[in-house]
Amino acid sequence: MFSAIIALTVLATVSGLLLGYAAIRFKVQGDPLVDKIDAILPQTQCGQCTYPGCRPYATAIANGEADINQCPPGGEATIAALAELLGRDPKPLNAAHGAVKPKMVAVIDETRCIGCTLCIQACPVDAILGAAKHMHTVIAQECTGCELCIPPCPVDCIDMVPIKQTASTWKWPYPQDSGEWRVASSAQ
Amino acid sequence: MNKLWRFPGGLHLPGHKDESTAVSVAAAQLPRFLVLPLQQHIGEPAKALVKVGDHILKGQMIAKASGYVSAPVHASSSGTVVEIGERPIPHPSGLHALCIVIETDGQDTWLPHHPVEDYRQLDPSALRNIIREAGIVGLGGAGFPTYIKLNRGADKVIDTLILNGAECEPYITCDDMLMRERPEEIIAGLFIMRHALQARACIIGIEDNKPHAIDALARVIHDLKVKDIRVAPIPTRYPAGGEKQLIKVLTGREVPSNGLPLHIGVVCQNVATATAVYRAITYGEPLISRYVTVSGPGIQQPRNLEVLLGTPIRELIEQCGGAPDDSGTFLMGGPMMGFPLHNLAAPVIKTTNCILAQPPAAPAQPVLPCIRCGVCAEACPVSLLPQQLYWHAAAKDFTKAQSYNLFDCIECGCCTSVCPSNIQLVDYYRFAKTEIAAQELEKRKADTARNRHEFRLQRLERDKAERAARHEQKKASLSDPATSAKNDAKPDVIQAAIERVQAKRAASDESSGSVPAQH
Repeated sequence: MFSAIIALTVLATVSGLLLGYAAIRFKVQGDPLVDKIDAILPQTQCGQCTYPGCRPYATAIANGEADINQCPPGGEATIAALAELLGRDPKPLNAAHGAVKPKMVAVIDETRCIGCTLCIQACPVDAILGAAKHMHTVIAQECTGCELCIPPCPVDCIDMVPIKQTASTWKWPYPQDSGEWRVASSAQ
Repeated sequence: MNKLWRFPGGLHLPGHKDESTAVSVAAAQLPRFLVLPLQQHIGEPAKALVKVGDHILKGQMIAKASGYVSAPVHASSSGTVVEIGERPIPHPSGLHALCIVIETDGQDTWLPHHPVEDYRQLDPSALRNIIREAGIVGLGGAGFPTYIKLNRGADKVIDTLILNGAECEPYITCDDMLMRERPEEIIAGLFIMRHALQARACIIGIEDNKPHAIDALARVIHDLKVKDIRVAPIPTRYPAGGEKQLIKVLTGREVPSNGLPLHIGVVCQNVATATAVYRAITYGEPLISRYVTVSGPGIQQPRNLEVLLGTPIRELIEQCGGAPDDSGTFLMGGPMMGFPLHNLAAPVIKTTNCILAQPPAAPAQPVLPCIRCGVCAEACPVSLLPQQLYWHAAAKDFTKAQSYNLFDCIECGCCTSVCPSNIQLVDYYRFAKTEIAAQELEKRKADTARNRHEFRLQRLERDKAERAARHEQKKASLSDPATSAKNDAKPDVIQAAIERVQAKRAASDESSGSVPAQH
């Protein structure tokens, strides 16, 4: 009996020390779940989810404050990925936050721009170039299509233009014969 | 006899090659308008160097390469630039793309060109530069810039340069005719490429259904009495002309997944590319024409034509007695890997090896469920599991599809053609591949946006902190006794001034008061 007590004590001490060491040695800084959720979000920083950017929304999801269906730019793919990550059921996009739109890019009509810099301050990714009383322009490659530059513009010179499909961005469509059982049964 | 190896799977297909090899190659007629897309290769599109109204000469560079993986475009005949705009291109999407349209003047006047005296005097990098400037890309079908494939890197040794003359797809005979008619040019090009790569042995792989081509090349090699170059007839089995399959057959080596032939000491080039390299070095001619097979049922005179790049496909079909209508029954490429042309106004580009008139559409076979028979896996030349790939691609489970090495699929079409359920397997793989590529692009863009947003937040935070620090400093300077003494000195100065003024006034009062007193 005595030996059993000693054995258990030694075992408990060793495991305790090991766990204690592991807690210090492998300490994880920050919240890995927030990073994982943030990696799925489309990073438009548009705020349609009611949070000021993708990372705050990710934090809110991780804390259970926000639902996974509040991101219109991400659409169904993002909801599905979030559902898989969090082990939840996917649900349709919450229409209160907006609808899925084709990818757009902001274009400034340079003849109408008065150089007020308001759009530059509104852009979450610094994709607008310009200076006070000088014409502004959008760096199309960096624009996320968040539309945040549109409301502040006093002369309404910013338009959202759908991104044009080219031969190199073109995707093969989903094969037509995908409803194979339907086709098979209609052939009978 | 040199040993040959075997690649897995593959199919024996009816060749249909004799139809188009009966007559020798003739030059296609000079079209009135040449339409030259800025992108005829893999990589970045070229950038136009000319503007509407410019008169240009044959062989003049009209668009320059933009970036490392890119190729310039040259005028295939002399004339005037009449338009730079969106035109139909030969692409499975049927989309339009930026093209330079030249109205030919019929003179076919060459720009003076500068041949290389002796390529052996040039170092490989200078040679590659000439090949790049000549706009040469792989003419076998993929269109990858040749000069990049001729760069072996400082630490690699190429022991075998393979020339691909297998031409395994049914109907296509342009490489066959080139080997029959211009074997000297091919061998000369092979020497140049061997010099650029500093490669040792060269093997020309040709399927054994092309005895004339094998004879022609063997004769040239025999006459030149060169060692280290040999013609290797290989068994006819589709897709023996696939780069990795040909390397396996000729050397027994396998190109690793996600790897390049370069990594196993092999470089593989098409025979037509060798001719283009020869002409670029020996005559200074850029790539402006190629052999194109026009064949298939519905074409009265199936044959090969030497076509100027930019010639509308419709004109080729007319010259071979076909009935060009825009019903989409013409393919670019062969029956296995080709794609339907949406618009016959699309031009011949660097990668156009064949224009194939499809037989009238057979009654559509009903598509049945996959019965997991495994015939597709037996036919696959890359040893993939087509039914698993199909399953996951159809379910849009791209991660799973990639775990079954989706990107090793060469889209040869063997699995589709053997499927007893008539499932268009390759269409699913193509769908999944482009979908994954698009998702990866989105991911990269999202990462950039995240970085830029985080940097912006950091910058705003820094600005705020700097402003706060400035305020703090000012405040501190007001309350700090050392500096406040300086500040306190200010009232003293004022006080002193007041006192000075008062003293002055007092003095003047005194004097004024005293003066009248004196009077």
